[in-house]
Amino acid sequence: MAGGVARFWREIPQRYNIIGNKCGSCERVFFPPREACPHCRRKSLGKMEDIKLSGKGEIITYTIIHVGPEAFKEQVPYPVAIIKLEEGPQITAQIVDCNIDEVKIGMKVENTFRRIQEDGYTGAIYYGYKFKPVKE
Amino acid sequence: MRDVVVIGVGLTKFGELWDKSFRRLIAEAGSKAILDANIGGKDIDAMYIGSMSSGRFVGQEHVGALVADASGFSHLHIPATRVEGACASGGLAIREGYLSIASGMNDIVVVGGVEKMNDVGGNFATETLATAADQEWEAFFGVTFPGLYAMIAKRHMHEYGTTKEQLAQVAVKNHANGALNPYAQYQREITLEQVLNATMVARPLGLLDCSPVTDGAASVVLCAAEKAKEFTDKPVKIIASGQGSDTLALHSRRDICTLDATVHAAKMAYKQANLTPSDIDLAEVHDCFTIAEICAIEDLGFVEKGQGGKAVENKITTLDGSLPVNTSGGLKSKGHPVGATGVAQLVEIAQQLRREAEKRQVKDARIGLAHNIGGSGATCTVHILEAM
Ligand SMILES: [Zn+2]
Repeated sequence: MAGGVARFWREIPQRYNIIGNKCGSCERVFFPPREACPHCRRKSLGKMEDIKLSGKGEIITYTIIHVGPEAFKEQVPYPVAIIKLEEGPQITAQIVDCNIDEVKIGMKVENTFRRIQEDGYTGAIYYGYKFKPVKE
Repeated sequence: MRDVVVIGVGLTKFGELWDKSFRRLIAEAGSKAILDANIGGKDIDAMYIGSMSSGRFVGQEHVGALVADASGFSHLHIPATRVEGACASGGLAIREGYLSIASGMNDIVVVGGVEKMNDVGGNFATETLATAADQEWEAFFGVTFPGLYAMIAKRHMHEYGTTKEQLAQVAVKNHANGALNPYAQYQREITLEQVLNATMVARPLGLLDCSPVTDGAASVVLCAAEKAKEFTDKPVKIIASGQGSDTLALHSRRDICTLDATVHAAKMAYKQANLTPSDIDLAEVHDCFTIAEICAIEDLGFVEKGQGGKAVENKITTLDGSLPVNTSGGLKSKGHPVGATGVAQLVEIAQQLRREAEKRQVKDARIGLAHNIGGSGATCTVHILEAM
């Protein structure tokens, strides 16, 4: 991924701890945090409040990546899903700790802190959220 | 608003064109369109060029002026502007040209679209295309561009029972059309089995569900309708131009299976043209992946949401079907030089309406639609053209 270390560093709170924000006007929750609520716009200015999301949710859709980008080449084939979090926002993340054939729409998952990718040029290792099945 | 017509079209061969540079490609397409329109350099009021990522593909930005220069117009100092909206850059360039004439500011505009994608390796090309996705919140986590459309496909299958065979039939149909197009990258038919058994890229999409990496350029000359008679006796009128946007990231959309930017752009275009989807005789839609064509025919209102797969299976969209879609071969078979695609779609529709599509000619075609998408659906343009 292009850009220096600062590009990664400034997103650390969101990527390490799933910090989103909440509109003080309509209570809608966003991830990643937004400057303003798209529904309340002007009314939401100055009322957007950071909140830590539960990191629990459900798979809305998924794919198994067989041809991956350079920084993910070692990981193929790997599942990636869109997850609807309990608080409402949907996010894209890898699914881990299960057989790739077990991944299903509707599966309950929770976040786990992992190594995401390694920059082959600088050697920097980037971390963030992945999701794993919730053990019943 | 003034009426705007297409008075000239030009296309290069699409494919892996090792012997042709970025500037040669766009100059060739532009020259063809200018000759076809029977205009000279002094007639041109402005140029708009669609290119998604010349900076990454050939290490060259500032391509508005470069294209005017390469076309031999530097001494005329024509206003030349590059327009970018990922894979919809060409459609956006058309719309900018259209608006500048409709507004009364310009009389004659040359629109071009170009991408030279094969000078970089396949991996780099794929990662460049992925810059159309949200880099921080999609690409960072390992999802590829085909992966995004694969997730649309998976959800479409889940909600509507769309099958992998129906997806594959889009590719089979578009290759059958491309086999009749001398400008197409792949002028050969493929079988359902070949598509189903192709190397997996992002489940459920295999290699033959994906459009290729392509070099190519396309150009059209637009003119104020009132002036067109001076240059041509076969103008094609642009009766509507629509555009829409949506969240950059697929995961933030209202519905994963609906491209609301398409819905919005189509609504805008149908309203302007005072038409309904059933008035359209043929369409070029953005089939960057097979699932994209199925979503497009639904979101453009040709079939109900969820019925796209069935429509393809029932051969409604073949060359001799009731609504031929992607008669050119589409992005899948004609090729997808991203910045050129939206312009090339207009070339195909104009040729069809001028009865110049040869073996691909749709009988009695009078009204055609062109649908161009950027990214996973964050940008869309819809243009409707009518034979005069
Ligand atoms: Zn709000």
